[in-house]
Amino acid sequence: MIRFESVTKRYPDGTVAVDSLSLVADSGEITVFVGPSGCGKTTSLRMINRMIEPTSGSIFIDDQDVTKVSRTELRRGIGYVIQHAGLFPHRTVVDNVATVPLLLGHDKKKARTRALELLELVGLPASMAKRYPAQLSGGQQQRVGVARALAANPPVMLMDEPFSAVDPVVRAQLQQEFLRLQQELHKTIVFVTHDIDEAIKLGDRVAVLQVGGHLAQLATPAELLAHPADAFVAGFVGRDRGYRALGFADAGQMPLLAEPTAQLGWDLAKARDVAVDGWVLVTDAEQMPLGWLRLEGLSDSALSGQVTEASLNLGGTLAVQGGTLRALLDAALSSPSGRGVVVDDDGHFLGTVTASEVLERIQQRTPVARGDAG
Amino acid sequence: MTGVLLLPQPLANGADSSPWHFWGYFQDHRHEDLHWLWEHTYLSLLPVAIGLAISLPLGWLARRYRWVYPPMISITGLLYTIPSIALFIIVPPLFGLKSLDPLQVPIALTVYSVALLVRVVADGLASVPDDVLQAATAMGYGSFRRLVNVELPIAVPVIAAGLRVATVSNVSLVAVAGTIGMDNLGRLFDQGIQLSTPTAYYPPIVLGIVLCVLLATVFDVTIVLLNRAATPWRRAVAAR
Repeated sequence: MIRFESVTKRYPDGTVAVDSLSLVADSGEITVFVGPSGCGKTTSLRMINRMIEPTSGSIFIDDQDVTKVSRTELRRGIGYVIQHAGLFPHRTVVDNVATVPLLLGHDKKKARTRALELLELVGLPASMAKRYPAQLSGGQQQRVGVARALAANPPVMLMDEPFSAVDPVVRAQLQQEFLRLQQELHKTIVFVTHDIDEAIKLGDRVAVLQVGGHLAQLATPAELLAHPADAFVAGFVGRDRGYRALGFADAGQMPLLAEPTAQLGWDLAKARDVAVDGWVLVTDAEQMPLGWLRLEGLSDSALSGQVTEASLNLGGTLAVQGGTLRALLDAALSSPSGRGVVVDDDGHFLGTVTASEVLERIQQRTPVARGDAG
Repeated sequence: MTGVLLLPQPLANGADSSPWHFWGYFQDHRHEDLHWLWEHTYLSLLPVAIGLAISLPLGWLARRYRWVYPPMISITGLLYTIPSIALFIIVPPLFGLKSLDPLQVPIALTVYSVALLVRVVADGLASVPDDVLQAATAMGYGSFRRLVNVELPIAVPVIAAGLRVATVSNVSLVAVAGTIGMDNLGRLFDQGIQLSTPTAYYPPIVLGIVLCVLLATVFDVTIVLLNRAATPWRRAVAAR
């Protein structure tokens, strides 16, 4: 647990970066500091490991005042990940990861063995261990940065915009894996971002900070979307928050429509016979959905071929049964046939839903449920 | 000056005053020339080593406290404008040495090396990316350990480039000290001038130039190779 008690940071020129901040980041949870630039989120983060000293107030980690521990000792016990990873360019990947254990005086061989384990944990092949950071992509560097922060197994991790400098596809991947990792590791994490979507996706709780270092609201993502504390939070959280709030609303078990499916290699004529309203869902042999095939308005001669991958429409997203209303609605809205594809946890096809059915489910939620969105 | 006593020899076998006779000249005075070559070698290298040792803390200071940088760079830069011959002559009275004291040349050249290397060290340290410094600090490096284990290794390429300049320029400056009578390859130029009355006699002068250039080349290549060996990570970047 990390506790801020009336922490203020005022610079000599009079600028107040953080204004009497009091909050608790719970153990084993991800607490996200989010806000526009100049809101003091990074300053607040850096006061935890004393890269910046507060002007007044105190910060405690598990009831230990951070100023009562020597800086280096404190920092070796806190994982730290930054935007461009900040890897040491002159050290190999494995040596980068082993940094903190070696600073702590651990056995060199053990530190390296541990480093290799961590590389695997963050999804990097062992063949990369001997490379230098410059030989890695931005996303790979960031993984090494996370592995390095985890190396000494610190209970607390500070992450300062760790995924901001990579492209959106890689970012989404890193975010997913970060969440998976956190499910295993249960670290106490303070995560700084300027991106409200990232905050909502990753945070167990989100602290929205306002320029001048005021805490505007500290709440779960669902609460934040449903009950923004003031106009600033409402504006910052954004316009489509009603839709995004569905991302925290459990859909429950939806009744599904049975949907005949076709498989690759079938004759098109055979596929047409099972199509509903001119569309048929094509799956592989394991009943994993591949895409939709349009069969309406095809001449008899065009129907002489077979179902191939190239002829599929891949526009539809998949929703997992028991997932969120947002995923379900999106599956229905994005499906070219108008029927959203629902799969089980392993990705096997279960059935379809229509947008109107999902909307009905959304309507049926009690006003309380709508308010809490959780 | 002992060199002068040897003068009659090359003139004795007479005819060949062509610049290309330098190799013959070397063979005739091998012992002496090798002695000067050795003197020249250590007089070129020692000041760079001492200069680097002095420049590391000064350069660190200029990097650590930003306001120190401009005056430090100006002052050390100005040192380089002192004419070398004047510096050689002024060092003994300043440091309480006798004329032609063996420390005279190393001290003067150390001044030049510092003049070049302070800036190089400061710029080398400045070449370390800020996020690397942040990360090092955040992981619990103390400032000295960070300097030795993170900043200096990353600054090696910049510092090595400065060492190349300092070493090569020292080779030429040492020769100047030869003309005031210190034992080193500069003595060959002295000899050449002395032997050039009444007619021009080039072999010792050309030999001096050739040996100086050779020496500078060997130093330069050595520093390049050491730099390569110390920075495998730089080539890894290139191989990407």
